[in-house]
Amino acid sequence: MSILTEIVENLIVGDDEKVSALTQKAIDDGVLPKQILDDGLIAGMNTIGQQFKNHEIFLPDVLMAARAMYAGMDKLRPLLLKEGIPSPGKVVLGTVRGDLHDIGKNLVGIMLKGAGFEVIDLGNDVSPEKFIQTAREHDAAVIGMSALLTTTMSAMKEVTYQLKEEGLAGRIKVIVGGAPVSAEFAVEIGADAHGYDAANAVERVKSLISEN
Amino acid sequence: MPQCSGRRLAGRTATAGGGCATQQSRGVPAPESRCYTLHSRGRLCYTVIMIELLTFSTDDLRPSRDQVLQNQGIPAGVAVPAEIDALCSNAIDLMLEIAAPAGVLLEISKPDFATVYQGQGQNEASTPVGDIFPRAENLALFAATLGQGVSREIKNLFESNDLALAAMFDSAASAAADRLGELAEIRFAEFLDQNGRNTPETCVLRYSPGYCGWHISGQKKLFEFLHPEQIGLTLRDSSLMEPLKSVSGVIIVGPKEIHSFPMSYPFCSQCETRGCRERIRMLSAD
Repeated sequence: MSILTEIVENLIVGDDEKVSALTQKAIDDGVLPKQILDDGLIAGMNTIGQQFKNHEIFLPDVLMAARAMYAGMDKLRPLLLKEGIPSPGKVVLGTVRGDLHDIGKNLVGIMLKGAGFEVIDLGNDVSPEKFIQTAREHDAAVIGMSALLTTTMSAMKEVTYQLKEEGLAGRIKVIVGGAPVSAEFAVEIGADAHGYDAANAVERVKSLISEN
Repeated sequence: MPQCSGRRLAGRTATAGGGCATQQSRGVPAPESRCYTLHSRGRLCYTVIMIELLTFSTDDLRPSRDQVLQNQGIPAGVAVPAEIDALCSNAIDLMLEIAAPAGVLLEISKPDFATVYQGQGQNEASTPVGDIFPRAENLALFAATLGQGVSREIKNLFESNDLALAAMFDSAASAAADRLGELAEIRFAEFLDQNGRNTPETCVLRYSPGYCGWHISGQKKLFEFLHPEQIGLTLRDSSLMEPLKSVSGVIIVGPKEIHSFPMSYPFCSQCETRGCRERIRMLSAD
């Protein structure tokens, strides 16, 4: 079994200590950091994402795998930075103002990181201004917003409106999601995409970034 | 969804997990409680209203395994690996160890509640609460919190990348916060019982700003009346409560029928949670 396969298998079962040790061993053995990232950590998270989508595993399984991925990333990150290997893109993520529900948003963030994206997670109760200001500061390609309540989802429209007002619409893409949020609502408020679950959100973000 | 489980006043029995709103029934000091007798044009009206600081035993707050797992998107009764069961159990124990629950309950008249409900004028034109409360027999505002320590621990666990425990702890805290609302309902029901202000068919349900067309900004007026600062609860500019793991709202007491409403409000078509259906179903099952 190759060391990259071992990383994948240990990541899937959430063994963070082994993933950390195996990532270090792969580095020491001269495996390219990008290859460890793509064929080890990201490959493992892709499998986890697929299993979760198919209802074969539960949220805690995903989170244990994510912790293992982070353990591997801690070893890889300095090398990726040193070699100037860019992430596929930056995504600013948050639950909208007035809403504290963030399990779905956290999962999207984890799956995006698992796909190699750089995620700036603003947490919950995020104002429209904060979304836009952070996206500007970090030169993010995408803003992702989540809401669980019908009474708070209207805050999403403020972001798309302000982006348009500031001439940023199209340059900073917007994806929305959450229980009451539909594809129709996304179109209605001028968002660029709707993610109906975490795996779908990752696919949609990939599409949005490839359009840029 | 509205934050509630249905319960009747008369003949009501303790609910699973304890059912005592205060520590009074456990042989410990009663909560701080004040009652007032209303006067009208110099005549005694014999209507006793109450304000009460609620204390809770952490045992009363213990959420069930199924409640916590459901908050993780795992349907009740589904078999999970032993590792997840252990994680759930650890998260519940840790949460109860850290929780410092407190609450406040204030009876309120219909005219005063109309002012609270009006809030900042941002509610939907027609809402369940707007239609229900005018037909209520009794109303009370409530707020309760698990305390700042719980929110701090969630943040710490996420920051230390203990993601699975962090999320499970968060789910356990959400279930316990919901339980605080139930306990406030029970306490108000007890108060009405003790003062002979119930009828056999009376039901008690709670509703919260942020749900079912009652705009989250309604919290501001609710806080002006209730003053939950005395239990350490404050409002952010966004109207979310600080600490986050807290609940607030109005407890509406009245005939079962008033709580039953169709999903025909304009915002219902966007709602995916549909928790109101479960509440109404529970009322019907009583």
